[in-house]
Amino acid sequence: MLDPRIAAAAGVMVIFQDFSLFPNLSVYENIAFATQLSAHKRLYDRDKARNIAREALDRIGVTIDLDVRVESLPVAHKQLVAICRALASEARLIIMDEPTTALTEKEVRRLLGIIRRLKEDGVAVIFVSHKLAEVLEVSEKVVVLRNGKKVAEGPASEFDTQSLAYHMTGREMPETPPSVVTAGARTLMRVDNLAKEGSFADISFELKAGEVLGITGLLGSGRTSLAKALFGLVAPDHGSIQIDGRDVATGDPIAASHAGIGYVPEDRLTEGLFLSQSIARNVAIGRLDHHSGRGGFLNASGMIAEAAGWLERLKVKAPDIDAAVQSLSGGNQQRVVLARWLSRAPRVLILNGPSVGVDVGSKADIHGIIRDLSREGIGIIVISDDLPELLATCHGILVMRDGRVTDEVTGGSVTEEELAHRLAS
Amino acid sequence: MNKWVPRNLLTRNETLVAGVIMLFCIAATLSDPLFFSITTLSDLLRASIVIGILAIGAMLVLVSGGIDVSFTAIAVFAMYSSTVFALAVWPDMPWPLIFLISIVIGALLGAINGLFIAFFGLPTLIVTLGTLSVFRGFLLTFIGSQRISALPSEMRDFSRGVIARGTTEAGSFYSFPWALAALVVVIVLTWFILHKTMLGRSIYAIGGSAESARRLGINVKGTQFFVYVYVGVLAGLAGIIHGSMGRMADPFSLVGLELSVIAAVVLGGARLIGGYGTLTGTLLGVALIVIVQNSLIVVGIPTTWQSVTIGLLILIGTGVPAYRTKRAAARSG
Repeated sequence: MLDPRIAAAAGVMVIFQDFSLFPNLSVYENIAFATQLSAHKRLYDRDKARNIAREALDRIGVTIDLDVRVESLPVAHKQLVAICRALASEARLIIMDEPTTALTEKEVRRLLGIIRRLKEDGVAVIFVSHKLAEVLEVSEKVVVLRNGKKVAEGPASEFDTQSLAYHMTGREMPETPPSVVTAGARTLMRVDNLAKEGSFADISFELKAGEVLGITGLLGSGRTSLAKALFGLVAPDHGSIQIDGRDVATGDPIAASHAGIGYVPEDRLTEGLFLSQSIARNVAIGRLDHHSGRGGFLNASGMIAEAAGWLERLKVKAPDIDAAVQSLSGGNQQRVVLARWLSRAPRVLILNGPSVGVDVGSKADIHGIIRDLSREGIGIIVISDDLPELLATCHGILVMRDGRVTDEVTGGSVTEEELAHRLAS
Repeated sequence: MNKWVPRNLLTRNETLVAGVIMLFCIAATLSDPLFFSITTLSDLLRASIVIGILAIGAMLVLVSGGIDVSFTAIAVFAMYSSTVFALAVWPDMPWPLIFLISIVIGALLGAINGLFIAFFGLPTLIVTLGTLSVFRGFLLTFIGSQRISALPSEMRDFSRGVIARGTTEAGSFYSFPWALAALVVVIVLTWFILHKTMLGRSIYAIGGSAESARRLGINVKGTQFFVYVYVGVLAGLAGIIHGSMGRMADPFSLVGLELSVIAAVVLGGARLIGGYGTLTGTLLGVALIVIVQNSLIVVGIPTTWQSVTIGLLILIGTGVPAYRTKRAAARSG
């Protein structure tokens, strides 16, 4: 029977999406562990482990402190450690499962560079991803799977993002950019001079009814803290947020949600969902007060009926409404979070990374949902570093760097390359 | 940076605990100059032997990501039944043989824990809570519930063996028993396993992430099984030393001590989530608990305040580093 040690001995290593590292051990030990394990040694040689690790890091040309614990590394470095671990055990085939999900644009560039370097070195790589541009950029050959079946195979040069998306979903999906905001739409949200020491400063903007506003920036640009501050999860040092001309207490998520702001967090697994609870409960928790009936008991049938309505509207694919949320795919989980907020009829919806970790089909659906909602007059803020996503959904895009808005772009007026350039320059 | 000086020296639990121990010793010496003496040292060391050996076992389990509360029951079971056995078949049995029997019994009982935990995959706390009761109940029902003060002669001889003894100028008596050597052997052996063998590194790895360990091809079940057997071995040894030094085989002793031992280990920086724990930290934690239990009275704190003090030490000793980690995480995130 095939087990990890036999696979490793044959030169096959898998880099899992979560990297499968040991957070409590040092960088060098993580890199050298598999190698020493397959050598069938009983004794552990610290100096040798360090040498193995140093060689592997040299091979991909990066420097990481060998002695720090992996838990204190940023995500991109953890991934490099995982790659080095595979290299150290003489891997000849490395399988990478969605390696770029957690990386910023710049880190993705570096990873793709490393993959090219590995190719020249004679190491084969299977790059499992739903990020089509990256797949086309780095691969020689593409295999498309759908519902567990191989539906297409061929040299990468024979595909483009459109045809890949078609094979993956079985339908054509041209992304239509958003229609123009109705002239004379009311101002929904007004942010004045919002600032937080060390995170962001001088943030002012207006959001009109039916407008989709993108906020982008590299990791560390302050976009995530700003997103959280808008919903009161981070208390700003000064500045104000108004909804419909009325001040909303800052640093208070309950006040924000009462004022009609909804927030879909970036990491839905830890910040957005009760994973082991049912879909119905995950939706109903958004406004439990509404569901409480006589004597303070919850009206279960009302809860289920409402959740069912939303699931249908947002096209959630789920075995049934009592299924635990953790059994759903990423795209469907994201829809459940959306359903929860939509049931509260928000005025402003803040979506932090709305399509992180969801497949192409769901992503297009989520973009469709964003367009539908904006047509209904909800103001939407999309925070993302996925540039095609911003260009496909937003009327205007704020570019952040070092905590400040450095650029303001009207949707449709720039290409992806231009936007990427403004982001990094 | 020098590889012998860890860079995070100032923020480690070990440093904190060592600081508290020093403060306590200074306070105790100020209120009673006699505290700072070789007699106190020998008393504290003597009291540390059994707790120390047990704590090293408990630390290993915490590092592997589990928790064991049954080791005191194993220790008393192994001690009492090996004593009863020796008295029944060969009252003049040499002490190394009695010790060996106790250790083997400990290993077997540990293997029962290991079997349930490693091979049936049951939660460690549940299993060891269960075996704690079963081992203790079995001992009292089938082997005996009488205190035995007429120990095999060799056990008494063992407890009389000292490395050094003497009387201070102030006239108080001190002695360093040979049982201390057992603690030293356990420390060295455990250090070797943890830092110089793949088995030891695997224990840390499993504690860090059992799933990752499995994916990497580490023998998770075998390693876990080893951990519980090793804890059994240490418990068997600690038990028989406890019996010999106390010159009595008391089937009611030791059980109840498990939480203090785990507290010592946690104070020393081991984390209940697994993957973290050092020998130095564990020994410092043991030293602190032993000092509190034996010498609190010197600084004028009534003995009834002992458990309050230990509780506060645990809250502060583990709370401060945890709070710092959280703050650091909040800053970087």
